Amino acid sequence: MKILCTVKRVTDPEVKLKIGADQKSIATDNLKYVLNPFDEIAVEEAIRLRDKHQGEVIVVSVGPSDVSTQLRTALAMGADRAIQIVHAGELDSDGVARLLQKVYEQEKPDVVLMGKLSVDNDSWQAGPLLAEYLGLPQATYASKNDSLESDNEKNKVPGITIEGTTATVVREADGGIETLKVQLPAVITTDLRLNIPRYPSLPNIMKAKKKEIKEHTPQSLGVDVTPKVRVLKFELPPARKAGVKVADSAELLAKLRSEAKVIS
Amino acid sequence: MTLSEEQTLLVKSVRDFCEKKVKPFARQWDKEQRFPKDVVRELGHLGVLGIVVPEALGGSGLGYVEYALVCEEVARYDGSLALTVASHNGLGSGHLGTFGTDAQKKKFMPMLARGEILGAWGLTEPGSGSDSAGMKTTAVKQGSKWILNGTKMFITQGTVAGCYVVLAVTNKEQRHRGITAFMLEPGMKGFTTRPIHDKLGMRSSDTAELIFENVELTDEHVVGEVGSGFIDTMKILDRGRISIAALGVGIIRGALEESLRYSKDRQAFGKPISDFQAIQWKLAAMATDYEAARLLTLRAAALADAKQPFSKEASMAKLFASEAAMRAATEAVQIHGGYGYTQEFPVERYLRDAKLLEIGEGTSEVQRMVIARHLLA
Ligand SMILES: Cc1cc2nc3c(=O)[nH]c(=O)nc-3n(C[C@H](O)[C@H](O)[C@H](O)COP(=O)(O)OP(=O)(O)OC[C@H]3O[C@@H](n4cnc5c(N)ncnc54)[C@H](O)[C@@H]3O)c2cc1C
Repeated sequence: MKILCTVKRVTDPEVKLKIGADQKSIATDNLKYVLNPFDEIAVEEAIRLRDKHQGEVIVVSVGPSDVSTQLRTALAMGADRAIQIVHAGELDSDGVARLLQKVYEQEKPDVVLMGKLSVDNDSWQAGPLLAEYLGLPQATYASKNDSLESDNEKNKVPGITIEGTTATVVREADGGIETLKVQLPAVITTDLRLNIPRYPSLPNIMKAKKKEIKEHTPQSLGVDVTPKVRVLKFELPPARKAGVKVADSAELLAKLRSEAKVIS
Repeated sequence: MTLSEEQTLLVKSVRDFCEKKVKPFARQWDKEQRFPKDVVRELGHLGVLGIVVPEALGGSGLGYVEYALVCEEVARYDGSLALTVASHNGLGSGHLGTFGTDAQKKKFMPMLARGEILGAWGLTEPGSGSDSAGMKTTAVKQGSKWILNGTKMFITQGTVAGCYVVLAVTNKEQRHRGITAFMLEPGMKGFTTRPIHDKLGMRSSDTAELIFENVELTDEHVVGEVGSGFIDTMKILDRGRISIAALGVGIIRGALEESLRYSKDRQAFGKPISDFQAIQWKLAAMATDYEAARLLTLRAAALADAKQPFSKEASMAKLFASEAAMRAATEAVQIHGGYGYTQEFPVERYLRDAKLLEIGEGTSEVQRMVIARHLLA
């Protein structure tokens, strides 16, 4: 089985962001980057599926030349090879999906695994757009019935079940769980409770050094990535006002009733 | 000193692991003097328990620079766990992996490197520490057997190890050249251990006394040449000192990071205490000590990787980093004021843990002796 898995470099959620002077970008000085946590889960799931069904995991990323670090991380987790589409300029989800469409057509994988969102832009678009452009079935927000403390999780059993040419995906829906069967090839996006990604081991980090990262550009793939969605302005949320201290529960209830008006 | 992409990744992997699996629990382990077996096993899966062991023997096949980086990272979160990592890698499996026979290595190194068993190393005795050649433990040849008698003191992993390398006198007249290393397994007849509790620091690291009463060994248990045990030991200690230095580097970083956070937060006289120059000078000194200790440590490690002499440099790194760790931990407690004196903050633990670094694998006095001997040679 061939699994294509997308990874994106995102700004480290631990670092406090500053808005750039143009107000349309994030200031990049002192910025740190990590692998999008949802993609990390996708990579983990891809490796578990590969280990169970044989085959290979190909990770793909779009971004400036130094996203090779995030690709190396995925390779160190256990992916087999990587594709890097070098692009330093602006990019929207539509551009990403169109680039991935080309990679899909070249690689012809059985499954595409993607994070359901990336924690920086939070637009939840790339997966569904890709499925649409490819005319493939999709299952979004893949989760599982087992808990993250279960033995299955400890034994790294995949949460997505693949039998023949179908995949069974458990999705977290509002207030419940939905189980879907999709025909492969399909695009599956991963949610937080699907698995706990592994820490790359020291020997695997060294092995990753020897794995292939193949480079493309939007030009070489023949894709125009001029954004269709443009950021006009970023603003920080307003600073939170200081709270008030109440003397006792009676005062708290009175304030909730008369000032906050959240109870009656 | 810039790190390669792989080095950056391995530091990050160990750091992420420690943030999640060590940091939240280190205080409790210290309090209960509990050796965190499960986490140690997981460190084995990460490849942290066979850092310099060749891949062919189940290890990570890395060098001493990576070894130092990993020790720093673990020590940033927990000195005790870092002592486990350092002593297992450097002393127990280090001695067997470097001087053991092919048969011994084939049998034990893969298990040691994966952390399925832990290594321990017995040099110190109740009556001899700095003067380690003054040991009293003897191994006497009787026919085809060696009969081992004596006691070893303060042995890290003493009650939890699956493989012990123990030094014993095999020829009293020859002193330094009459000491031999032997390999023991737990459960051998006549071999018992007694845990040592209530240490000042490094409290969740396992420390024990080893007692040998007519333990029967054979030539297959001899590690290295008969009579070369002490010379080999000096080489093991040179490398071990790089890891103890790295523990110091990690503790300094912990002290600095905690102090930065606290001093920006804590208010006195209407402003954060980090606004006071007295506090700023302490922070500046800690940060400078961190960089200096780290450079000395990585330099000794890089020399070891390049197969150049590094004994003097390792002693300098160990001496400087352990004393700087004591300074940094003391200042961190000072910056935290009364709260620093309680277990509410980790800095008092750093102080207790740092003290061991000035004692273990050669006291500061011994390091100065070694350095001076090199200077005057
Ligand atoms: C937590 C812990 C873990 C340890 N783990 C291990 C282990 O795994 N394996 C192992 O073999 N050992 C281990 N040790 C033992 C450690 O290496 C010794 O404690 C150390 O080498 C000092 O020896 P000593 O305790 O006998 O002190 P001593 O040698 O008695 O020293 C007492 C004091 O005298 C000073 N002194 C001694 N000789 C001189 C001299 N010539 N000139 C100037 N000053 C001198 C010393 O510096 C020290 O200040 C461990 C110890 C501890 C506390």
